[in-house]
Amino acid sequence: MSRATLGWLALFVAGLAFPLMAGNDYHLTVMSTAYIYAIATIGLNLITGYTGQFNLAHAGFMAVGAYTVGILTVDHQVPFWVAFALSGFVTAALGAAVGAVSLRLKGHYFSIFTLCVGYIMFLVIEKWESLTHGTVGIIGIPGPSPIGPLVFDTPRALYYLVFFFLVLGIFVMRRIVNSLMGRSFMAIRNSDALAEALGIRLMRTKLLAFVLSVFYAGLAGGLYAGFVRFLGPGVAAVEHTFDMTMYMLVGGLGTLLGPLLGSISVPWITQYLQFLQEYRFLVFGPILVLLVIFVPHGIVGSWLGWRARRASQAAEPAAAAQRTTAPLKAVPSVSTGGQRHA
Amino acid sequence: MDLFLQQVLNGLTLGGIYSLVALGLTLVYGILHVPNFAHGAFYMAGAFISFHLMSKYGANYWLAMAGSAVAVAALATLAERLVFHPLRHASGLHPMIAAIGMLLFLEAGAQAIWGADFHRMQTPYTGIIDFAGVTAPVQRLLIIGAAFALMVLLHLFLRRTVTGSTIVAMAQNRDGASLVGIDANRVAMMTFAISGVLAAVAATLYAPINLVYPAMGHLVITKAFVIIILGGMGSVPGAIVGGLIIGFAESFGAFYISTDYKDIIAFALLVLILSFRPQGLFAKGAH
Repeated sequence: MSRATLGWLALFVAGLAFPLMAGNDYHLTVMSTAYIYAIATIGLNLITGYTGQFNLAHAGFMAVGAYTVGILTVDHQVPFWVAFALSGFVTAALGAAVGAVSLRLKGHYFSIFTLCVGYIMFLVIEKWESLTHGTVGIIGIPGPSPIGPLVFDTPRALYYLVFFFLVLGIFVMRRIVNSLMGRSFMAIRNSDALAEALGIRLMRTKLLAFVLSVFYAGLAGGLYAGFVRFLGPGVAAVEHTFDMTMYMLVGGLGTLLGPLLGSISVPWITQYLQFLQEYRFLVFGPILVLLVIFVPHGIVGSWLGWRARRASQAAEPAAAAQRTTAPLKAVPSVSTGGQRHA
Repeated sequence: MDLFLQQVLNGLTLGGIYSLVALGLTLVYGILHVPNFAHGAFYMAGAFISFHLMSKYGANYWLAMAGSAVAVAALATLAERLVFHPLRHASGLHPMIAAIGMLLFLEAGAQAIWGADFHRMQTPYTGIIDFAGVTAPVQRLLIIGAAFALMVLLHLFLRRTVTGSTIVAMAQNRDGASLVGIDANRVAMMTFAISGVLAAVAATLYAPINLVYPAMGHLVITKAFVIIILGGMGSVPGAIVGGLIIGFAESFGAFYISTDYKDIIAFALLVLILSFRPQGLFAKGAH
């Protein structure tokens, strides 16, 4: 068993044991919410971190998933789990449509376009009252209905439910990024011209990454609706995309562990700095700036880079010295080698 | 017909403001190739500083505008020095994230200082002119006049002065510009300062017919981005024409289609145009 697998197992056990350590239900709720955002952030990381297309509409897609569940269960009495399953697919379908237009744009244009898409989603949710209940929001969303003997009526049960989906999401993502498909995503991030020369079909591959990414956002949104049981247009606020961007960056863009660590640790810091709640961006804004200047690869990215440099220095000092003097790429070069990574 | 002219007036007002904001963005993009997401926060800061100067110190409207222009120019220059300069060799993603960090900081800062409430800015120009059946509030006429005067000034500055030409030169060819001895740092700082002035003036002009609040820059900045995508990033005439297109689309759309969805019209137009012309309306080469 590799060290990475062992590390993941340790994390899994810690997650399982968390309710035993948590002091109260409030802690469970904070952690469950963090997991829901972690699922969405892991999805965002696929398109932004691995494929290099900086998406700024992610919170909008999460809101689409959430509203799918809200509207279907409250207005059309669809069972929760059916609505939940649909939340992923509805969001993915919308993602395919948005991606078909936006992914033809390169670099900055794509980001700006998705920023606009994010605002459109917020505005549509706010204005389309007959469908989304406008600013009033959707109240009384039924929680996850029982599956056989499993009943999700306590914070602890809900915690394990969300935890299950997080683990599933990470597992699937690990398979994706370590597959040939994942490699082509990273090839596009590093150089789309080169990727194309290697025979990767650019548009189709980017679209696939985007659709998979928003599928995660949709499911996270669906879970969110069932967990919080209330929805307002605020879910789609672009600030949430910025939050997720920060989670991703704190941990490390284009790493599997990074977004997870970021999305769990940052909300806890916010929880303990209560006075920050309203002004969290007064602190987080400068942190984002300092991170991109001084720790561009995040915690996990920097660690992987340090480990890779140490390993290569041990192997071939001369070549390594040459490599470290080369200018750093903004995307972690460590994840572009052939090795499987954490 | 009168109603039609009324919409033309509204379109010119909106278009003028959008163009000013988009001009600042496009100049900075031309020099640094960074979409400065924090530009909307500069706009917001401009409105708040004017508002503060007027309500706390009883400054006259024009004096407040000048004060705010100086302050935001300083703020923008500082942002260039502290944030974008250290990132000048970083690739696309990181400067964008840094700009977002700056945006979040400035908005939270404004909220900490002035609160999350909506404020109304006073203007000495409250009169209404009735001309051939078209009623025009003086403030709107002022916006149109001032915005277009500023655009002409900027054009003259860029084309007729040596300092302006260095900006154009650097936007056209960075390496070439440094070869002929243009100081890239000085030009970058100056461009940021100009973009700050444009944002502050636009905000102070527009605030009296709108409201002042921390998130006021959001919609304006996204529309400014729509404009420079339409007009071609880095293109000065593109920003002006793009601003007018969006201004008119919005005022006519609000009138003939729906007020509720007027903010979406600009974006819908963008999607439509990009579906047919991914490089924007006026862009010459590939981006």
